[in-house]
Amino acid sequence: MMRFTTLIKNPADWMTGEGADNAVVLTSRIRLARNLRGEPFPGWAKKEQRRQTLEILRPAVENLPCMKDAFSQELDDLSSVQKQVLVERHLISREHAARGEGSAAVIERRQSIALMLNEEDHLRMQAIRPGMSLRAAYESLAAVDEELEQSLELAFDHDLGYLTTCPTNLGTGLRASSMLHLPALVLSDQIGQVLQAVNKIGLAVRGLYGEGTESLGNLFQISNQSTLGESEETILRRLERVIAQVATHERNARDKLLEDDPEMVSDKIGRAYGVLRHAWIIDSKEALNHLSLLRLGGDLGFLPQETVKSCDALLMDIQPAHLQLHSGRKLTPEERDQIRAEIVRSRLQTLEAPDIRSTRKKNGNDPDPEIL
Amino acid sequence: MDCDICGKKAKVHLTQLVGGQIKKIALCDDCAKEKGVTDPTGFALAEMLLGKTPGKVVAPVPPVVQGFGRRCPECGFTLDDLRRIRRFGCAGCYTTFKEEVNQMLRGMHKGSKHCGKVPAGLMELHERTQRLEELRGRLDQAITSENYEEAAGLRDEIRQIEIKTSTRSTERP
Repeated sequence: MMRFTTLIKNPADWMTGEGADNAVVLTSRIRLARNLRGEPFPGWAKKEQRRQTLEILRPAVENLPCMKDAFSQELDDLSSVQKQVLVERHLISREHAARGEGSAAVIERRQSIALMLNEEDHLRMQAIRPGMSLRAAYESLAAVDEELEQSLELAFDHDLGYLTTCPTNLGTGLRASSMLHLPALVLSDQIGQVLQAVNKIGLAVRGLYGEGTESLGNLFQISNQSTLGESEETILRRLERVIAQVATHERNARDKLLEDDPEMVSDKIGRAYGVLRHAWIIDSKEALNHLSLLRLGGDLGFLPQETVKSCDALLMDIQPAHLQLHSGRKLTPEERDQIRAEIVRSRLQTLEAPDIRSTRKKNGNDPDPEIL
Repeated sequence: MDCDICGKKAKVHLTQLVGGQIKKIALCDDCAKEKGVTDPTGFALAEMLLGKTPGKVVAPVPPVVQGFGRRCPECGFTLDDLRRIRRFGCAGCYTTFKEEVNQMLRGMHKGSKHCGKVPAGLMELHERTQRLEELRGRLDQAITSENYEEAAGLRDEIRQIEIKTSTRSTERP
C-alpha cells in the first residue's frame, strides 16, 4: 500500500492536467453515496458497529482493480495536518476529517478516484478530472460502483433508490459538480445575474471548498441539488448544458472586457503580477484573488499560456496545511503568510512581466500608429 | 471576521443569491450548526436576513410533530432523533417512517420516485416491481370503466408476478 508522503508528493492528475475548456472549467467531480443494507448509518452507529462496517467495506474497496497499490488509511492514524492536506486536495471532506474511530480513506494513486469509508454515508465515492469532463468522471465511478455491487449488499429501495443517511441524497446518490473560474463575469458585474439563473433551474452554486465556504479567487462550484426523480443521464446532461452556457458567458465577458476596457484589465493583471512577484507577506485570500487574475492573464495572452497551469498548482500548494507539510512543522499564521509569499515568488521567478501591448494588438484594440 | 449573529469568531462563510444579489454571511460553528448550515440543500438566508423566522431557519428537514415515540425496529432511531440530527439512523428507518419521509420529500427533489441506476443484482426484481405498478394502474382503470374482462386478465397477470416475487422475497432490501 502507498504511503501518505508518496501519495502527496505529486500533484493530482486533475490539478495539472489539461482538460477540455480548462481556461474556464478547472475540474469536474462526481460523487456517489452508497450504504450497506442492514447496518446503521455511520453517524448513528456505535463504535463497534462502525468498526464492523469498516471491516466489510475496506477489503471490498481495496480489492478494486483501480485501487491496486492505492493509499488506504484509517483517519485515526493520520495527523491533523495530513487530514487537512487531504481536505485541501478535495480527496476527503471536512466532515470526514472530523470523524473519529472507524473511518478510512482509500485513494487511487493518481488521486483521481477517492473513496471515503464511514463518512456521512458508509461509502462516498468520488472521481475527479481536469476540465470539462463530467461524463468521463461519471463513467469511471460507475465502473467502480458496479464492481462494488458484486461484493457488497447495498441499501436500495425500488421507489427511493439508493438509501442515504440524509434524504437530500436519496435516489441516485449522485452529486456532480464543476469548479469554474469566472473572473470576467465578476469584473463586469454579471456574476449575480448568471448565478441567479443557474440557481433558478435547481442547481447549487458554492465556494472553493463546497458547501458553506466562501467564494475565493473567482472560483465557483456548480452542482446538482436534486438526486431523486431523474436519471443520472438527465442530471449530467442538464449540468453539462448549464456549465457550457456559463463558460460561454465567461468567454464572451473576457472578450468584451478586452474590447471595452483594456486599461482596467491590464491594470488588474499587472498589479496581480506585481504583488505576487514581489510580496513577502501574503495571506491566502489575497494570494487566491491575485492568482485568479494571473490565471486570466495567462488565458488572455498577457502572459504565457503555461501560467494557467502554474496558477492551478499554486492554488493548492499555498493552502495552510500544504504549507505546514512543505515546511515539516507547525506554522503560526504569520509564518504561513511569509512562506506562502516565498513559494509564490520562487514559482513565478521566471515569469516575465505581462506584455500588455502585444495582447491589445492581437485583439485589434491598439490604435493604428499611422493614423495617430 | 465575526459571526453575523452572535459576534464570535466566524468559521463558516456562505455566499448565496438573494434576489439577484450575492449576499455573504459569516457564522461561527455554533450558529452554523443551529441554523442547519451543514445541510447540502443550503438554507434560507433571505428569511434569516429578513428576520421572518427569528432564531430559526427553514431547514431541509421539516419538523415532524407527531409520533415521537415510534422507534425504528432495526436501529432504535426515533423521530425525535431525526429532528435533532436531521439524518436517519439506518436504511430501515425509511420503511419505519415512510409517511414522514414522503412528507419530507415534497419539494426537496425533482421527483419522488427513483428513475436512475439499479444495482445489478436487483434489476430483475426492480423491473418486476415496476411492471406490477403499471398493471395495478391499468386494473384500476379497467374496473372504473367496467371493462371486467380486461380486469380479470390483468388480475391474473398481477397474481402470477406476486407469486414469483414472494418466492424470492429474500432479495428485497
